Amino acid sequence: MLNASDGAMTAVPDRPEVPGGVTAARLHPLTPFARGWAAMIAATVVIGQDALRDADLLQLFAILVAVTAVGLLAGAFTWWFTRYVVEGDDLRVDTGFVFRKTRHIRLSRLQAVDVVQPLVGRLLGLAELRLEVAGGGGAEGRLAYLSEGVARRLRAELLARAAGVNPDTPEAPERLLVRVPFTAVLGSVLLAMWFPVMLAAVVPLVVLAFALSEPALVAVAFPVGIAFATVAWRQIEGAFDFTVAESPDGLRLRHGLLARRSQTVPPGRVQALRVTEPYLWRWRNWVRVQVNVAGYAGSGEAAQAATAVLLPVAPRSVALAVIGRILPGVALDEVPLVPAPPAAARARPLWWRGLAAGADDRVFVARRGLITRQLDVVPHGKTQSVRLVQGPWQRRLGLASVYLDTTRGPVQAEVAHRGAGEARELTRAQAERARAGRAGAGPERWMTAPAEPGPTSAFGGTGEPGPDAG
Amino acid sequence: MTLDPSRRPGAETVTAPPAAAEAGPVDPFGLGVGWTAVSPRLQVLRRSVLLGLMVLLALVGVGLIVAPGPGTLAGLGILALTVAVTAAAGGWVLIGRNYLSWGYAERDEDLLIVRGWLFRNLVVVPYGRMQFVDVNAGPLERRFGIASIQLHTAAAASDARIPGLPPDEAARLRDTLARLGEARSAGL
Repeated sequence: MLNASDGAMTAVPDRPEVPGGVTAARLHPLTPFARGWAAMIAATVVIGQDALRDADLLQLFAILVAVTAVGLLAGAFTWWFTRYVVEGDDLRVDTGFVFRKTRHIRLSRLQAVDVVQPLVGRLLGLAELRLEVAGGGGAEGRLAYLSEGVARRLRAELLARAAGVNPDTPEAPERLLVRVPFTAVLGSVLLAMWFPVMLAAVVPLVVLAFALSEPALVAVAFPVGIAFATVAWRQIEGAFDFTVAESPDGLRLRHGLLARRSQTVPPGRVQALRVTEPYLWRWRNWVRVQVNVAGYAGSGEAAQAATAVLLPVAPRSVALAVIGRILPGVALDEVPLVPAPPAAARARPLWWRGLAAGADDRVFVARRGLITRQLDVVPHGKTQSVRLVQGPWQRRLGLASVYLDTTRGPVQAEVAHRGAGEARELTRAQAERARAGRAGAGPERWMTAPAEPGPTSAFGGTGEPGPDAG
Repeated sequence: MTLDPSRRPGAETVTAPPAAAEAGPVDPFGLGVGWTAVSPRLQVLRRSVLLGLMVLLALVGVGLIVAPGPGTLAGLGILALTVAVTAAAGGWVLIGRNYLSWGYAERDEDLLIVRGWLFRNLVVVPYGRMQFVDVNAGPLERRFGIASIQLHTAAAASDARIPGLPPDEAARLRDTLARLGEARSAGL
């Protein structure tokens, strides 16, 4: 990659000095070990297969030492040439020895800051700092690994600079909003749609196996069970001890069992929301809230599923209260929704009844689904573009669909199968509302906004006790 | 309305039968906007490529028929020939229809792009949301004297393209979009 300032490759001096005498810092010295331990063990196992087979411990140990030495040496080389420094409005990261690479990350474009601690990091007291900037394709700004204290201080400094306040401001205080109890997480996994399906598939097989004395049937059920157990584990691991707190820095989301993750989403960086209500969760009035944050969608489905969740499971009232902190002054349940016309029945039989959409002066809401109900919310100012689409079958029926595009993420607001005239009006109106929303949006440096009276300021708290997930 | 021959004013509502698309794609959704069509050279380019490929396929087919050998080769040859002829005829019509459906309109705050004959698509891209504007011209496009513009917003789904623009129009559009995008730029 090229040096951003002049578009040509320039040599990076050994000890870069920036105005003010701030020298670039290196990552934590234990980084090569923390990053490579899994690979080193894998390499040892592969190279020392014979030693494993013969249970020759001495040889195995020798191979382990050799592989570790080589790995650490290579890692140390990379570590020596990786430096970072905060320069005014940017975070600059220099890497590489032969191919020098400098990456400037504009702090005013910061979308989210995450501090991630994998298991080995927690044991060693290390943490990884991840910066998400607009347009990121994952791994945009990744500093792995720093010591925990340094990571937290750096995060506070970066957020302060992004907010437009003095960078020496200490870490912003936070107010706990929601903590998701383990019983809720477990219940949500057991009540997810696939779990009863899996039971219905596996249990008869096991019963049959015993009834017919045919153990082979169990062998069929086994991989199915393993697959579902993996999915369940991932969901539980990701949602363990999920807490949502708010601070002047934005929303703080903490979760994780083995790998502990701490995400900070500054105000105004939530592009869209989705509230999902699976069928079996309605018994407990639970919903799940997911968000679109620019930069979170970069690394593919699995990573997106892990980071784009605002609340993995919570009672509906609690979820609406949290959404009320992100979108102050918006009452989701009071937005007037217009259902799809009966003509939509021929385009989407049965499920057309679940389609509805509407807008008030702050957000656009689209609802879909009968069994799993889904509500997509897009603030007007966050609409990127509006698309009007009509396929040949829709043309025949006089229908069209409208899509509101936001940044990449799980939420895609779709208004399906409206009358053509209605869809046209919707497109025109939404383009106008988006323009008004953009005009009324706060500045990117959120702390520099003039203080507004009324219920618009969502952060800082007035001492009211936060709602608790029960 | 100017006398610009490339402009095709019209008002075709969405409920009009597809056959009326021959008259011009413009305003297929009835928004009451004056659309600018793209250069007819786009049509010529695409049809030339189609004909070239189909002639090649037909030659292969004929070769297979004429060549001595088992009957299956002749059968394949006939198949290839049939495919070539149908694809050429069908593609010719489809390319024409698709070309007619392309249009764009510059409004005060946003750019509208309409495309598609079977699957009609209209996208409204606000100037303030445009992050990059690229002008691309591959070797064939340069040969035929057209270029295409690619817009990037923060949403992957709304990356809009306008192909078949005359180079000076492409340059003008890119400069206008860049200027307006900068002027109305909105934070993410």
